[in-house]
Amino acid sequence: MSAVLTPRTDSPEAPAAPVDTTSAWSRWANEHRKWLFAAPAMAFVAVLIIFPVAWTGYLSLTDAEGSVRAESEFIGFQNYLDVLTDTDRFWPAVWRTVLFTGVVLFFEVVLGMAIALLLWRPFRGEKWVRVAILLPLVATPVAVGMMWRLIFDPNIGMANQLLGWIGIGPQPWLAGQHSALPTTMFIDIWQWTPMVVLILLAGLTSLSDEPQEAARIDGASSWQRFRHVTLPLLMPTVIVAILLRGIDALKTFDILYATKGRGGGSFHEVETLNVYAYGLSFDYNDYGVSSTVLIIFFLIIIGVMWALTYRKKGLGR
Amino acid sequence: MKPSKPYRVFRNSALVVVVFALMAPLLWMIAASFKTNVDIYDTAKAFVFSPSLKNYETVLQQANYLEFIGNSLWVAFAATTLSLLLGVPAAYSMSRFSMKKSALVVLMARVIPGVSLLVPWYYVFSNLKMVGGFTVLILSHMFVSLPLIVYIMMGYFDGLPAELEEAALVDGLTHIGAFRRITLPLSVAGVATAGILSFIFSWNNFMFALVLSGSDTKTLPVAIFDFVGYASIDWGGLMAAATVVTLPIMLIALFVQKYVVSGLTAGATKG
Repeated sequence: MSAVLTPRTDSPEAPAAPVDTTSAWSRWANEHRKWLFAAPAMAFVAVLIIFPVAWTGYLSLTDAEGSVRAESEFIGFQNYLDVLTDTDRFWPAVWRTVLFTGVVLFFEVVLGMAIALLLWRPFRGEKWVRVAILLPLVATPVAVGMMWRLIFDPNIGMANQLLGWIGIGPQPWLAGQHSALPTTMFIDIWQWTPMVVLILLAGLTSLSDEPQEAARIDGASSWQRFRHVTLPLLMPTVIVAILLRGIDALKTFDILYATKGRGGGSFHEVETLNVYAYGLSFDYNDYGVSSTVLIIFFLIIIGVMWALTYRKKGLGR
Repeated sequence: MKPSKPYRVFRNSALVVVVFALMAPLLWMIAASFKTNVDIYDTAKAFVFSPSLKNYETVLQQANYLEFIGNSLWVAFAATTLSLLLGVPAAYSMSRFSMKKSALVVLMARVIPGVSLLVPWYYVFSNLKMVGGFTVLILSHMFVSLPLIVYIMMGYFDGLPAELEEAALVDGLTHIGAFRRITLPLSVAGVATAGILSFIFSWNNFMFALVLSGSDTKTLPVAIFDFVGYASIDWGGLMAAATVVTLPIMLIALFVQKYVVSGLTAGATKG
């Protein structure tokens, strides 16, 4: 920052301003610092994010497929018509996406809340519990998928061995046509409940003790205190947790691909919208249709987000 | 008030269950990485086996993992550094000038499905013959890192009182000087938080590298699939590979636990 230290010599008509010791460039930079600071990041976002999303929108109106150098034709909304009437792959994928997100969110929030309440007040050994909470969360999702693949292997996995000890027969887990999706949900819940715990714990720690204390003096039971004091005060944080986890759950890809491979398995049993769009793009090179799926998927995400933030504002009042 | 004894007994046993449920699978993975494939298939040797380093030999020597570790480190380091250079000043501007709409645009990147970027990127960069190179891979990881850093740093700058900068202005510093000499040194913890989180997310990222990396630039999460064949899986090698990918990032996270937690929960309590 040598400019700051350079004595100003270029304007003799302002000798009364010894504070202003800046060069012309530095003055310009200071006046325009708002955009100077923001512009590089905004340019990155515009060129590498907004432009591709716009292009995805354009591709969804063409019949682009095959090589990336191939010619494509503008076909209007034909892809949208095809996709929205596709009850073979598209609608089942929508249903699986909704089901997956709904189920994992429910369990992650309920379990997350329970664990956060357990951890709320200080206790001995807290440090070690926090370590256990953090580790699944930072583990590489693909590796987590592989880890569970071994545990859930129908022949050599620990899961069936444990069931055997309590007298239950072996289950197909990830290999079963109907059990694969619930098993992947379980893996997602294992990995991401800790995230909800951390967020809710941060919320709980920031609450003041007085409403709790007042309710206790008024003779409220611990359930009543939770239901009518803690939960309403914590609600904005709960919504943030749902919002952050919900967006990621809708877009789940890594553990589904790691456990079931391309197309969500041979019967597409775990094929969500994200997995479907990925397969259309990079296994079938059907860029036009995949762009259509992506635009619809994107609209669904925006819709869910909008609904949740709307609700959050309503609760803030 | 001290919790009652029955509650403490209940809480402690519940926490033991939670810790066991979270840790056991990870320990199982690490244990399996020290077993030979024969031992993995033998359920009688689930807990008692003679540990072997053979899987790690396979992973580090035959499967070329040292190179993939290098690739992962370089991509995560470069994407994080570049995102910090772009993101920290941008977050400062957006925080101080309340640029709500610009902030929203950057944060939208957290919402957009990654595949919808990959398709146009693949189009453009394969025509430029850049797919498979480090440049595209690093840029794609910035798509995750930059919004994350802007999000965390905006919250951090919002929490720093503007009075400190005003005092610096009175003392003769320029606005940019005040940012460099006052605000930035006070934000070291925030920058560390953002940088660590960005590194973890980039290290763990799978989908971008799956499409955009080539044989020379393959990162660890993609390299794991080398152990999954069409006919059979080399379970021992796979678990060793999974451990090699996960253990470093878990150890880093333990050392900087405070930052990781504050980054993951950033913005959660603003209401």
